[in-house]
Amino acid sequence: MDIKYYIGLSLALFSIGIIGVLTRRNAILIFMCVELMLNAVNLLLVAFSKMHAMSGVAKASANYVADAQIFVFFIMVVAAAEVAVGLAIIVMLYRNTHSVDINFLNRLKN
Amino acid sequence: MNAILFSALWGIVMMFSGVFVKRKSTVSLLAIIGIVLLFVANAIELNTYQPFFYIDSWDMLRVNSFNLSFLAVVFGCTLLFFLLSASDILKVGEHGGEYFALIFFVLCGISLCATFNTLLILFIGIEIMSIPLYILTGSDKRNLKSNEAALKYFLMGSFFTGVMLMGIAFIYGGNPSASFYIDNIQLGKDALNPMIATGLVLLLISLSFKVSAAPFHFWTPDVYDGAPTVFTSFMATIVKVGAFFAFVRLFENSFGKIHTQWQTLLVVITVSTLLIGNITAVFQQSVKRMMAYSSIAQAGFMLFALFALNERAKEGLVLYSAAYSVATIGFFAILIKMKDYTIEGFNGMGQTNPVLGITATIFLLSLTGIPLTAGFQSKFYMLMAAVENGAHFWVVIAAVLLAAVSAYYYFRVIQAIWFKQPANANPVNEEEVSGSFKLLLIISAILIIVLGVYPELLIQWLYH
Repeated sequence: MDIKYYIGLSLALFSIGIIGVLTRRNAILIFMCVELMLNAVNLLLVAFSKMHAMSGVAKASANYVADAQIFVFFIMVVAAAEVAVGLAIIVMLYRNTHSVDINFLNRLKN
Repeated sequence: MNAILFSALWGIVMMFSGVFVKRKSTVSLLAIIGIVLLFVANAIELNTYQPFFYIDSWDMLRVNSFNLSFLAVVFGCTLLFFLLSASDILKVGEHGGEYFALIFFVLCGISLCATFNTLLILFIGIEIMSIPLYILTGSDKRNLKSNEAALKYFLMGSFFTGVMLMGIAFIYGGNPSASFYIDNIQLGKDALNPMIATGLVLLLISLSFKVSAAPFHFWTPDVYDGAPTVFTSFMATIVKVGAFFAFVRLFENSFGKIHTQWQTLLVVITVSTLLIGNITAVFQQSVKRMMAYSSIAQAGFMLFALFALNERAKEGLVLYSAAYSVATIGFFAILIKMKDYTIEGFNGMGQTNPVLGITATIFLLSLTGIPLTAGFQSKFYMLMAAVENGAHFWVVIAAVLLAAVSAYYYFRVIQAIWFKQPANANPVNEEEVSGSFKLLLIISAILIIVLGVYPELLIQWLYH
């Protein structure tokens, strides 16, 4: 399949993530949309990696072909670390306000 | 290489110290020993170019005198920060050892950011630098402002991490050599490859967010205001210059050849950062929030390193990092001891606490950029670099005019210190100000003046 379908799919996922972050008011839903953005990137990296491997241009630099796929593993690990910290912050907020709605977050403005 | 290993290892030592060491003063002593060891290990590597343990990183990390001396500045400033504020870090909550551990992990992230040679290490470095900061921002768990700041910082930070990763993915896709190495990005034969151009813009956006450059600065005042003041001091100085160094390294090595194509974009970012930072700071009543806007304004000046992208600019960046960090850490250390964070809170401090008044004045003068202070020399280097670059000369004039605006809000605090009558009570928590604290403030003030008279002291290390 042509690479442009993969680019289209992951850009669509990425845009859904961005729209979700901008429109949702629930901290956990925003967080899920961020994860969606990261997964769109994962998909794109794997697709590009395969594209480079098949194009033959990368044959001269065979060392690099799997780099993007290893990058994806790093993104997964870092995303997991972010989940651990992020959910802890959301739980901490919930304990104090009994809500995860970010509309409550306006104390610093005034 | 030493710095990465030692900071990660000492972070683990500090984590265990939280469990096994009961006395708080021992914990802060351990942290100070750790940062001194880190500084020495880094200095030995700077002198001999031999790390203690050789690790084959497949050229993913590149070590040279420039980034090692930058790391020396970072560790020196952290040492100053620990010496001045270790007792205040322990006062934030009951987990003193963990706070220090997180700070050491941030330093590990900065070391990665300073030595990276592939986009993978850049990503990991930025994340190791950011994730502990989300925790430190929310470390005052009962305080709603701190919670709010942590959640805001976390959500926006991870959003822009996603943007940065998308940029990296596009650069990889558009790069025919299929490599993540920053000096191995083929930008296109005749015109710039559109995928690389998209990636460049996305990386520019996400790194502008990390250094709080306008129009991606909106998180800065809220987060800096909500976080415990000690950690605001750390975030506004050491972390910010670390992110700046990564920014400059990436754009110099990857996209330096097409500098003129993205320079216009950068002019917009620089001028709006200077404008928004300086103008909004004028209207602030709380000194802590004013310092948040002032840090945006100072970031505008540091952006000149990217704008000019020549040798002078790199020298200026290291000098600016040192001058800005020392002055801001010193000023925040005084601010933490104040009872009232508004400008009126400083009224008459010069009469009740002359040492604190004089040093605070020197720090503020340096931030303004008055001659004979390090702040003046660093601003001079930045503007000189921009003039040598030659393009868009009006930006330099705008920067000078806006630096004059910055004098207004810094001098308002100086005026309160010296020319206003003190309120009935002492503005400073006197029992927390020890003799050694005053001595350290005097030493950092002297350091600022020495660097202002003789900046080559620092810059010669870049070409060691």
